[in-house]
Amino acid sequence: MTSSASTATPPRRPSIQGSVVADRIYRAAILIFALCIPLLLLLIFLEVGAAGWPALRRFGFGFLTSSTWDPVQGQFGAAPAIAGTLLTSAIALLIATPLAIGGAIFLSEFSPKWLRQPIAFFIDLLAAVPSVVFGLWGIFVLLPLLRTSVMPFLRDTLHLGATPFFSGPAYGPSVLAASLILAIMILPFIAAVSREVLLAVPRTQREAALALGATRWETITGAVVPYAKTGILGGIILGLGRALGETMAVTMLIGNRHELSASLFAPGYTMASLIANEFSEATTDIHLSALMAVGFVLLVITLIVNAAARSLVRRVGGLSR
Amino acid sequence: MIALTFLAAGAAVVPLLVILAYLLKEGAGALSLGFFTHMPRPAGEPGGGMANAIVGTLILVGVASVIGLPIGIGAGLYLAEHKGMKLAELVRFLADVLNGLPSIVMGIFAWEFLVRPLGHFSALAGGAALGAMMIPLVTRTTEEMVRTVPQSLREAALALGYPRWRTSLQIVLRTALGGIVTGVLVAVARVAGETAPLLFTVIGNQFWSTDLTQPIAALPLQIYTYATGPYDDWHAQAWAGSLVLIGLVLVISIIARVMARARHGGGHD
Repeated sequence: MTSSASTATPPRRPSIQGSVVADRIYRAAILIFALCIPLLLLLIFLEVGAAGWPALRRFGFGFLTSSTWDPVQGQFGAAPAIAGTLLTSAIALLIATPLAIGGAIFLSEFSPKWLRQPIAFFIDLLAAVPSVVFGLWGIFVLLPLLRTSVMPFLRDTLHLGATPFFSGPAYGPSVLAASLILAIMILPFIAAVSREVLLAVPRTQREAALALGATRWETITGAVVPYAKTGILGGIILGLGRALGETMAVTMLIGNRHELSASLFAPGYTMASLIANEFSEATTDIHLSALMAVGFVLLVITLIVNAAARSLVRRVGGLSR
Repeated sequence: MIALTFLAAGAAVVPLLVILAYLLKEGAGALSLGFFTHMPRPAGEPGGGMANAIVGTLILVGVASVIGLPIGIGAGLYLAEHKGMKLAELVRFLADVLNGLPSIVMGIFAWEFLVRPLGHFSALAGGAALGAMMIPLVTRTTEEMVRTVPQSLREAALALGYPRWRTSLQIVLRTALGGIVTGVLVAVARVAGETAPLLFTVIGNQFWSTDLTQPIAALPLQIYTYATGPYDDWHAQAWAGSLVLIGLVLVISIIARVMARARHGGGHD
């Protein structure tokens, strides 16, 4: 190598030896941090499972099907809570999905450009509201509204009181109230995912439909939405995942009663609100373990639902919700 | 049809406005300087505030950040630098799954893992539960932000003799820092409002406490207790507390959004 005759000292660079070691340390460090995530999930699964194991072993499969929840006798069956979770989530989805998708269609297809940002902004802000604030508002605004206006309207004016689904006294705290607040809470999630997916539909799809003579609405229902179908479904399942696990707002509005009733006006229970409600009062070990077992069931259900949602959304292509 | 979809979009916006309106109407009345500086008074006595709860929430968020940020940023760096590898894909998928876990399950986990063995409730356990919830959010944001840094920057640094670890940390990470901070703010806003994990880990504290190994008060927890209680001035305080909490969450979210928009120069819809 020709030596340079320069008198200036070259900038001091880190030695190759040192940097090899440092590189190894760095790469090991970020690998360890990354592995924390699967480790954490595994740990959660094992810990919650271990906590609930005594109850699951004692009651076996009957834990999922029995309706008796008797802390005094030591008999625990989680069927009303499981049913309540599924019912409130299903109703919330039924209400929220059309509104969310409709709103997303408006944002991506019809909305003037200047309106798009503010509405999207508001929808995202709705998603940031804490659950307990929804619950507070629900107790003092939604419940009285339901009790004095909506429930009598449904029962008497629409004569739905004749069906078993709207029968019974209109206390206020009820499966209906919890489902409504859940619908408001999951709406922004479904809307946000749907909006992103709809915006990602290539222009060629729309243009092709229009070229074939479709009207604006036909383009949307025939070309755009079907193209985005998978992603929208993923968004819906994501909303379902949120609804299944919502705790605070539901606890404050559902009436907290272990009962499987056909009426939406009746109080009920969900898995999450059951745990939140009875945790501080559980004195016996088996009661605690039963609560943890309910938590484990909830964990397994949400794991499955979330995994399904993520794999659907992933297929559409890298959405970061 | 357009009208229908517009109404649907309205159905998404109206609840937020209604809730905010009620919060302002009911909460502004109970909000005073005393609210921020006083301790809770016994039920029935006027005055009293949520000073301990506000400080408690700040402490919990601090502990959560100490746990969540290093792991989240580290994992995000790993995912960004090993894109395409099987392990990275698995970790990314699991991070998303972790993100969707109910907060109450996190609370149960923290209770079983930290509270039971140690024998008492503590702010540490609550902070750990919240930190675990922050990890997936911070990871995903970090990964995405680091991926936006152009390869040419990395290659230039390597060509100048920077070792890989310095390239990643001093060059790439620093460039992506703005976006990462945005993501961190969003994660902080989310965990600041969580109540369910705190039910099992810190259970609240009526007195002033900043001890990490003791139960601690927290704003969402206090709101829950007051809202479900029987006293009217408790209810008024719950409204005020909610106003403060949602103000905190909204301000952080708006700041994060403004930062993101400024970076992207107008942003996409």
